[in-house]
Amino acid sequence: MSRTVLDSLNEGLLAALRQDEKVLLLGEDILDPYGGAFKATRGCSTAFPDRVIPTPISEAGLGGLCAGLALRGMGPVLEIMFGDFVTLLGDQLINHISKFRWMYNNTVTLPMVIRTPMGGRRGYGPTHSQTLEKLYLGVPGLTVVAPIAFEESAGNLLRRLICESDQPVLFIENKLQYLLPLHSAADSGELIQEKFYAASDPQQLYPTYRFTLKGAPSASVTMTAYGYMAELARQAQLKLAYEQEIFTELITPTRLSPFELQPLIDSALRTGKLLTIEEGTLTMGWGAEVGARAAEAIPGLNCLRRLAAQDTPVPASAELEKTALPQVDDIIDSVRKMV
Amino acid sequence: MIKEISLYTTMYRIRRFEETVLDEFKRGVFSGTTHTYLGQEADAAGVIGSLQAEDIVVTNHRCHGHFLAYGGDMRALFAELMGKATGVCGGRGGSQHLHWRNFYSNGVQGGIVPIATGMALAEKRKGGQTVTVVFIGDGTLGQGVLYESLNMASLWSAPLLIVVENNHIAQTTPTALTLAGSMAERFQAFGLTVNELDTSDVLQIQPVAWRMLAEIRASSRPQALILNTERFGPHSKSDDTRSEEMIEQLKASRDPLKFSEARISKAELEPIRTQVDEEVGAAFAQALTDPFPAWEAQP
Repeated sequence: MSRTVLDSLNEGLLAALRQDEKVLLLGEDILDPYGGAFKATRGCSTAFPDRVIPTPISEAGLGGLCAGLALRGMGPVLEIMFGDFVTLLGDQLINHISKFRWMYNNTVTLPMVIRTPMGGRRGYGPTHSQTLEKLYLGVPGLTVVAPIAFEESAGNLLRRLICESDQPVLFIENKLQYLLPLHSAADSGELIQEKFYAASDPQQLYPTYRFTLKGAPSASVTMTAYGYMAELARQAQLKLAYEQEIFTELITPTRLSPFELQPLIDSALRTGKLLTIEEGTLTMGWGAEVGARAAEAIPGLNCLRRLAAQDTPVPASAELEKTALPQVDDIIDSVRKMV
Repeated sequence: MIKEISLYTTMYRIRRFEETVLDEFKRGVFSGTTHTYLGQEADAAGVIGSLQAEDIVVTNHRCHGHFLAYGGDMRALFAELMGKATGVCGGRGGSQHLHWRNFYSNGVQGGIVPIATGMALAEKRKGGQTVTVVFIGDGTLGQGVLYESLNMASLWSAPLLIVVENNHIAQTTPTALTLAGSMAERFQAFGLTVNELDTSDVLQIQPVAWRMLAEIRASSRPQALILNTERFGPHSKSDDTRSEEMIEQLKASRDPLKFSEARISKAELEPIRTQVDEEVGAAFAQALTDPFPAWEAQP
């Protein structure tokens, strides 16, 4: 059986615990045999009983507690059971965790990772299905990361962030992404995968990927998507090519904030057309910022579209939810309108 | 036992620093805001004076007194309030956001308490004898995250001392208008040992703080110390709605300096006061001439 993103993240956590004895896992219901609501921590408490700490339902307090642990040299990793609950962390993330290093004039570090699964498509309804990371994009001092289904950008990225980053990271997983099989770099099927690192990332922690179709003519549209939406965009990319002979490039960052435009700009310069794709709601979203930056950087950008969730709560009804959230067919329709 | 003259010196340094800040604010030397500690000096002197070198202090917007009692440099604090490069945090933090050695402050109510709890637990894991002290005010009792922190601190036995400085007023609102129930029972409900004092006499505060810190070091259990006190100055610069008569009454009955001055000989007092006055004057003058920091977009 092939390994999934969830397997990779779970192994990343175990590897971090093995690698550095300062690493602590905290969260609700993370102990074995349950191993967390989505099983990301399974096996961790059995292997490291003293360093896996079940917590009360106190997200705000836990954010602060982890900041205190990190300021004094530990490496806390906090699981927030549902991404919807990151709202409870607001004061800690914005007024404390993200501020300390800068406002204390670079005299402290905060090596901490907060992981949480976002996303719908499971019928959990308005308060357990949201994609809320946009609330924390653009907060100075906070790094927001979204894994994708490559080992180096899932479990190994998580392990490296825990063990190698000395800055606070919000790590945005996705409930359906957990079940995806890991792609291997060597066997990426019909897609060519190229990898880029930003100049502002000297540790080369955060790859950005460009996916193009093998042997295809030059692309007519640039798509950009992250996390689970990047998987749906890959599916759309193949269907567009084989069923409609429309060729695209897909740019997938793993670091959402702070945000670098390359290699997106090079691609959009070639195609002149940019589609942003996200599962969060449309208004004031990730795509708005990416689109605005691209428009500023590319005078000739003649076509810009955003695909996102409807500006409503996420419905519980499976049929309504399909309409509210962007699907593969919606990506295809959006691209077709651009060519 | 700490000598009273040493505690007095701490209190007098805080008093003179804060008076200078309020005076000079009117002349436009400082920008932004400030929250002075006038009247509460015995709390900082008594509690922080009882700490060991490796102990941690986490505090709030009203933090100048705590910083000076901790041993922080007066010129660096003046400079920070002026936004100078030589400030405690290079001018980035200002009055409410200080960090030096094991001293940390932040300007948002409540959020520092879980941070202090995490620090206490980190030090406990390292195996030392470090105690973390967090200072909050009566107004902070309105913050929910405080109670999350009390639960976790007790559950995981954090070596933490929570000091509530109850000055009976939050900005301009008397605490009685915003607080239900008992302060002490809030902490007792989570299994913390609580001591409560109603005094501005440092010789009554210091031994209690000393004993509690020793108990926390021995037991690794959190405790709470409620210090009923009085604030002589405005919440920040000029937002005091209390009558002058009331303030004069408070100064007459609750001035920590007067309690100590009544017990210390003039011969001992005068040189200390002269020395501190000179120190404050020199620190202020030096900070005034210090340069402003350069902007760094990518620090």
